[in-house]
Amino acid sequence: MSEIYVITSGKGGVGKTTTTANLGMGLAMRGKKVVLVDTDTGLRNLDLLLGLENRIMYDLIDVTEGRVPYKKALVRHKKYETLFLLPTSQVKDKMAVNPEQLVKLCDELRKEFDYIIIDCPAGIEQGFKTAIAAADTALVVTMPEISAVRDADKIIGELGRADKENIKLIVNRIRPNMVESGDMLNMDDINDILSLDCIGQVPDDIKVVTSTNKGEPCITLEDSQAGQAYRNIVARMMGEDVPFMEFHKDGWWKRLKHIFKR
Amino acid sequence: MLDALMKIFGKKEQSGKIAHDRLKVVLIHDRANISPDVMDNLKNDIIKVISNYMEINQKDMEISLANDDDSVALVANIPVNNMKHDKG
Repeated sequence: MSEIYVITSGKGGVGKTTTTANLGMGLAMRGKKVVLVDTDTGLRNLDLLLGLENRIMYDLIDVTEGRVPYKKALVRHKKYETLFLLPTSQVKDKMAVNPEQLVKLCDELRKEFDYIIIDCPAGIEQGFKTAIAAADTALVVTMPEISAVRDADKIIGELGRADKENIKLIVNRIRPNMVESGDMLNMDDINDILSLDCIGQVPDDIKVVTSTNKGEPCITLEDSQAGQAYRNIVARMMGEDVPFMEFHKDGWWKRLKHIFKR
Repeated sequence: MLDALMKIFGKKEQSGKIAHDRLKVVLIHDRANISPDVMDNLKNDIIKVISNYMEINQKDMEISLANDDDSVALVANIPVNNMKHDKG
């Protein structure tokens, strides 16, 4: 029984594509057969995050317009062989695929994959409507930041209007020290405002940047806090009951050094 | 002088709380932007319920959402023509 997820956010830059890459790789690490579908047509990046940018022959538009069967467009991951990418076009725009075409494609993909994860473009226009059309579950990514939460609220409203009932929240780039000092929205604030089931709390982690630079999602790194948070989300997607992690905060000595550095 | 002392000893308001309070208000306004279709459905349902008890002037009735600084109200102005007698 396969499941279709869409990773969405409304606001750009909150980590949709990073989340897609990490969750997809995490599920593949657990032995699942996964396909990641990039629908951010014209602004494709999922290939870069997975280190697959040099292997693309055909893209989503070639498939939806019937030029090649989807199997020809799939790019298999170098290391995790049950992970596949269906890249999108970098030259076409978001009108190039319509919801019916994506639903039809996902129906085919369902026969072969355990998990289908769709990376949604930012915004609430046609590209968003196409990306969510086939999804069983929507994961809304936000950040503890006023504009990202407002946009998440808007997206949740739009998902409701599209009759998507299964919606879960991922709060990305949490800075534990700022939350502790009261200078960042905390989880209670966000729950109070969005009242949505939370499936993940991911701390801000420099390893996300360094691993993105290399095209290797941080979920593979044992010592990455964000990686651990993503591994927890993967476990929850597979139905396991995992408690939310405690973040390591800087100790008083490190904070003192910070003060003197300024 | 007092200001400087307040700055040193006084507790400054935490910006996370400010963000939370601002969000709560702005989302009330955002969410109140409901579509005309929904508004029509609401109006029809209200007419249905009230008509069980009184005869109303449907032509002149008005229903709208009014925004205040920190709240949103549903304002209905419904002229009553006649009361229905309790058939009890």
